Amino acid sequence: MLNLTPKRVTLFCGHYGTGKTNAAVNYAFYLKRALGKNVKIADMDIVNPYFRTKDSEKELGEAGIELISPHYANTNIDLPALPQELYGLFEFKESYAVLDIGGDDRGAYALGRFAPLILEENDFDNFFVANFYRPLTANAADAFEVMKEIEAAGKVPFTGIVNNSNLGDETAAEDILKKIPLAEELAAMSGLPVVMTTAKRNIAETLGIENVLPLDLQAKYY
Amino acid sequence: MAEKVLMKGNEAIAEAAIRAGCLHYFGYPITPQTELAAYMAKRMPKIEGGVFLQAESEIAAINMVYGVASTGKRVMTSSSSPGVSLKQEGISYIAGADLPALIVNVQRGGPGLGGIQPSQSDYFQATKGGGHGDYHLIVLTPASVQEMADLTGLAFDLADKYRMPAMLLADGTMGQMMEPVELPETAPEMIEKPWAVTGTQMKRKHNIINSLYLVPDELEKMNFERYERYKQVEANETRYEEYMMDDAEICVVAFGIAARVSRNAVVEARKQGIKAGLIRPITIWPFPKDAIAKAATHCKEIISVELSMGQMIEDIALSAECKVPVTLCNRAGGMIPSPDQVFDAIKKAAGGNE
Repeated sequence: MLNLTPKRVTLFCGHYGTGKTNAAVNYAFYLKRALGKNVKIADMDIVNPYFRTKDSEKELGEAGIELISPHYANTNIDLPALPQELYGLFEFKESYAVLDIGGDDRGAYALGRFAPLILEENDFDNFFVANFYRPLTANAADAFEVMKEIEAAGKVPFTGIVNNSNLGDETAAEDILKKIPLAEELAAMSGLPVVMTTAKRNIAETLGIENVLPLDLQAKYY
Repeated sequence: MAEKVLMKGNEAIAEAAIRAGCLHYFGYPITPQTELAAYMAKRMPKIEGGVFLQAESEIAAINMVYGVASTGKRVMTSSSSPGVSLKQEGISYIAGADLPALIVNVQRGGPGLGGIQPSQSDYFQATKGGGHGDYHLIVLTPASVQEMADLTGLAFDLADKYRMPAMLLADGTMGQMMEPVELPETAPEMIEKPWAVTGTQMKRKHNIINSLYLVPDELEKMNFERYERYKQVEANETRYEEYMMDDAEICVVAFGIAARVSRNAVVEARKQGIKAGLIRPITIWPFPKDAIAKAATHCKEIISVELSMGQMIEDIALSAECKVPVTLCNRAGGMIPSPDQVFDAIKKAAGGNE
């Protein structure tokens, strides 16, 4: 269990390729399965052409989590348009909403459109997803730089850090533990708490730390 | 050992190129290779002497590559299929001037504007010319993010060694997928380039970089000399990987993402008692003709698995010299064959009951 009271709206932003989609999808599962909440997840990625939330459509559907994704996701139309259903997420407040935002400041621009609605409702968390195995955000200072760029573009202040440091399929417990000090350093720099560390479910229990989001579903490439 | 990092295939190419001493990048964005250019745009300004330039077009970019290559500096461009078509004239000029350079093609579905999903349908273009005239590129085909990095370094080394352009032929999946990768920590050894135009300082005769010959027998001589060099490349630089080929009765040939899918199918076939094996060409020019010819002596069928309407299959058939049937197992237009599809083709070749 996470030591975290979920907000009505939770955003996952970060440098591209840090695992925002993975974290968002698994957090939606957590809200639904562990806390029994009514959850919708929205793919707001207007940057990434392949490997996106839509890939988990089947699993999300089976879990009873509604997916809102751009109509052209995973097609040949490279059109960065967002679906109208997104407005419903902010209009009808009976569901928890998890939003997977595109990478970097370029991806976060799409969030700017909804920032006034999110700020007005004021029941949100905006998590910065950090993976210190990504070479352009391999230390706290570089990650903090990206954090500021995203905040400026998305216009929603960050409220916490998700330590999603991983090496994909090869991730071992010690790989995750090794990067915790960097997450703490980023926390000190930004004045924000590390709200969770992610780990595959079988590794999660062996970490011996608190606030671990277990990952049940991960992107696979043949 | 360097610590592993998690990278997209496109980024791995970019970082590996920088570490291979390539400080000049010219390109124009196109999905699914844009991360490569974006990475260069972020990194190059932080490196002393580093140049990232988004050209006004692919044609401009390849001619900038031609210019820098003339000075002997390591240089590259990257694009995806339609953009690489635009570069073909420049590539022919670079080959005609005997210059080393790296061209990266992260292929997408075609022809025409096609789509943004992965493809291998630029095989002909990469291996059979692409531009005009008699020339070849050394064409390397990575099948993992680690290889995206490793083969980038190798491509620069080979291009320098043989004074010819090299191509890294990837596909959208390879460009977009993320895997742990270990990057080289030490700079490669650079060879002398006495032919480069670097200023004579009035101390030597000036060098000329050119692909125009006014007298035809001179041009013929250049072509003959170039093809002698190509023979050396074929003899020394053909690369491939074999998997369970020793006793194989069914041989699957596939490169890049198709090889990863095929490997799963071969594992499944072996589990079910079918003696299948895989030849994965790492260079498609030069093509591993001997490996295919050998397979044709002990396999009863060769299956070419491709993300195209069947292009590599022609090189396989030529190498197999009609000794065994060569069949195609494919998807096209941005689709990827599934392991089941490949397994079914193996089962059919082995004489399954359906």
